[in-house]
Amino acid sequence: MIDLTAYLLLGTVLFGIGVYGVLSKRNAVGVLMSVELMLNAVNINFIAVNKFVASSQVIGQLFAIFIIVVAAAEVAVGLALILAIFRQKKSVDLNDFNLLKW
Amino acid sequence: MNLSDLVFIVTALITVTAAVGVVGFKNIVHSALSLVLSFLGVAALYFQLQAGFLGLVQILVYAGAVSVLIIFAIMLVMDKDPDESNRSHAKQKYWGGLIALLVTLGLGAAIGSTIWPQSSGSLPEDSVGALATLLLGDYVVAFEVAALLLLVAVVGAIILAKGAGEHD
Repeated sequence: MIDLTAYLLLGTVLFGIGVYGVLSKRNAVGVLMSVELMLNAVNINFIAVNKFVASSQVIGQLFAIFIIVVAAAEVAVGLALILAIFRQKKSVDLNDFNLLKW
Repeated sequence: MNLSDLVFIVTALITVTAAVGVVGFKNIVHSALSLVLSFLGVAALYFQLQAGFLGLVQILVYAGAVSVLIIFAIMLVMDKDPDESNRSHAKQKYWGGLIALLVTLGLGAAIGSTIWPQSSGSLPEDSVGALATLLLGDYVVAFEVAALLLLVAVVGAIILAKGAGEHD
């Protein structure tokens, strides 16, 4: 029987994979993709809790929509930043992104 | 085990395998394609949770728009050797793996030991209508702020990508 715990554990596993990608990847685009995985895990949690705990309303789905909006804005600005830095540095390796380091 | 449990297990396996592929592939183009599969798996999970509108939004926004954006960015900033384009740091690979494992185990233990309140009711029949009533009712300010955020993000992204100070 699939209950809330199964969905939450799936979300946890996805979140952990995202954490690993964010911490270990050298490519900035790879880090952004891992962040998207983490946001998806959070959305799964919201919608699962909405269905199994507070199913009289759709508040969880509403929050998931706002997370999707913020994630879309984040990925657009993030990729534009990567493009702008790539034009200067000719690299997307995060080790080369030390403009703000003194 | 009935059919819906089986469908959940298959979808979850596809989603997690694709997510592992996102961080595991050495070639970042393969990672991006694996990410699309993972998004589609998550969309299937939304459909199973009776959130059909969210599933469609997931397919449109994530599997459609965000993936295309990421693939275009990859093509614009491609390294010389594509097979080495998504490497991990030599040392941070182990530290990152350790921290991710600890986070996963900690959260998993917390989830396992929590007693969740179960609701007896079911989701509203017309969930899209309920969603619209909330969005344009109690949460209309947040709705407008989200719209403004998207506008600012689009303008900011264009300015950043075009390069500020270039007046040609």
